[in-house]
Amino acid sequence: MKNIIKISFRNLLRSGRRTILTASLITIGVMFVLVYAALSGSFKSYMIGQVTDSMLGHIQIHKKGYIASVDNLPLDKNLNEKQIKIIEKYLDKNPLVESYTYRLKLGSMFSNYVASTSIRLNGIDPVKESKTLPLFASRLDGGTTASLEEGSILVPELIAKGMTVKKDDTIVLVATNQKGSVNGMNFKVFGTIEPISGPGGRDGYIHINDVNKLLRIKGVEVSEVVIRLNDVSNLEKAIKLLKPLTLLKNKKDKQMFEIHTWKKLSPFYNIVKMLDIMDISIKIILISIVLISILNVMVMSVYERIKEIGTIAAMGTTPSTITKLFLTEGLMLGVFGTTIGSILSYIIVLIINTIGITFSFGRQDILTLNPVLGLKEVLVVSIIVILISLIASISPARKAAKLNPVDALRQN
Amino acid sequence: MIQNNNITKVYKMGEVDLTVIKNLTLNIHYGEFIAIVGPSGSGKSTVLNLLGCLDKPTDGTVVIDGIDVTKLDITALANFRGENIGFIFQSFNLIPVLSVYENIEYPLIMIQNLPKEERHKRIMQLLEDVDMLDQKDKFPDQLSGGQRQRVAIARALVTKPKIVFADEPTANLDTKTSNQIITLMRNIQKEFNTTFIFATHDEKIVTAVDRIITLVDGVITDDKMVAS
Repeated sequence: MKNIIKISFRNLLRSGRRTILTASLITIGVMFVLVYAALSGSFKSYMIGQVTDSMLGHIQIHKKGYIASVDNLPLDKNLNEKQIKIIEKYLDKNPLVESYTYRLKLGSMFSNYVASTSIRLNGIDPVKESKTLPLFASRLDGGTTASLEEGSILVPELIAKGMTVKKDDTIVLVATNQKGSVNGMNFKVFGTIEPISGPGGRDGYIHINDVNKLLRIKGVEVSEVVIRLNDVSNLEKAIKLLKPLTLLKNKKDKQMFEIHTWKKLSPFYNIVKMLDIMDISIKIILISIVLISILNVMVMSVYERIKEIGTIAAMGTTPSTITKLFLTEGLMLGVFGTTIGSILSYIIVLIINTIGITFSFGRQDILTLNPVLGLKEVLVVSIIVILISLIASISPARKAAKLNPVDALRQN
Repeated sequence: MIQNNNITKVYKMGEVDLTVIKNLTLNIHYGEFIAIVGPSGSGKSTVLNLLGCLDKPTDGTVVIDGIDVTKLDITALANFRGENIGFIFQSFNLIPVLSVYENIEYPLIMIQNLPKEERHKRIMQLLEDVDMLDQKDKFPDQLSGGQRQRVAIARALVTKPKIVFADEPTANLDTKTSNQIITLMRNIQKEFNTTFIFATHDEKIVTAVDRIITLVDGVITDDKMVAS
């Protein structure tokens, strides 16, 4: 084998310029795929982190039918005390759940005494909310989630700007409860909250107890249960463990709860899917580049060396050894290209991280990309490229092995 | 011993069948120094290819050492050639990416798989025999025609073959070099009892051999022993 490698290597050196050209084509392809994967991966994980850790959580549980009419923030589809108890029982014994919190949501009128606008209110338990959505605080300008007190409100930036309200101003929230009675309450502006991509641009936050007062709710009522898992990669497993909840029926024999993951709740998931499809498309382009360039080089190699192949065949080299010679040549081209491509990709990712490339997405700007090139990604791409190099060499190598020595020797 | 029984070789040229060798029967003993002569197109090279196990006859058998090589498959035939047969070509056919030493070493590694010490011993001896010891690290494109043919001879002999086939080995060489190469092969034949079979037009070879087989249109018209 050592000698096959030696001869193959020298044959590659013999047509050095062609070898360099082909290897660099593979190098550029590998580099493109790896850097793209690192960048899109960084963007994806940043956005997923933002969406799940500052707004949606990983999983949400609602009363059946709530999500279908979520845009109206219905009050008649809230979970009652008994139902909450059932959910708590399941969540407390689920080892994958890190924490959970409740939200009571409603549509309301926001007035600064001069003008009014609509606002989507989220009644939250500040302490639990800060545990379940650790990045929520990063969207606040000043203060922590847990320090949101009763009688104060976090105003969405969009409304704060439009209605020219600032911290410590007093505003009025007016809401209609389920029985049709209208109630208004004064709130002090605790701060503003930055929007993130997707719905939620008009979401304001107040203490859950204030919602109860505003709507004159007696007893306990929540619109949704927001769950944080200790590891987001366990999403599917966690959903499976919570499955029995969806099988529970109410007195009317109808399904009681519905469970959704962040993927269902955020439009960003479609962007993630699109990025993944692009990732696959780019890999297919890379495979084509490798396949065509190696096939081309190997076919040329066989044609220019027909007489040489005839000579070694005449001397007694078996067809399988001849096949190995050419397969090794193609394989080495793939290995060279991939190795250099991977090294350069690491260097490019390092440079991007040092420079710090920023981008904007939706209404957020100055997001810094922190591309990470995972070893798994590098290995997957390397294995694909090397395998394709081998596959591309099979047909030319077999052609070489099948040459009749007499005919081959006659070639000039 | 090589025994050819009634071999026929037909090439298909499109629609037409071209019979190159017709019912040829030939026996060759080890240690013979033979020239196959004849005009161009008489089938010299074809006979060499058939006897050298590079090609199979359309009809008839080629038996070497009691083995009917026409029955062997492509791999077995390759192995048989590697063990028993050496080739010397008109245009030398050295492997350009290997040095002189490595070219001679090639069949020992890739075909016979000999241990390193044994390889080295044999190669050094042969390099000395063909007077190429001081050129052993050069590459083929750095050598003259005569030097290349010496390397090719050494490569053909390094596996200790029973038979060496040489198709016009002197055609690309000048008279002086040709004579040196012929003498070299003659000496090797005498020393190792190696069989040499030439297909040639070269008078210098014809006058050096012990047996001359004349071929015309694929048929042996003369087969005579000569005193060299």
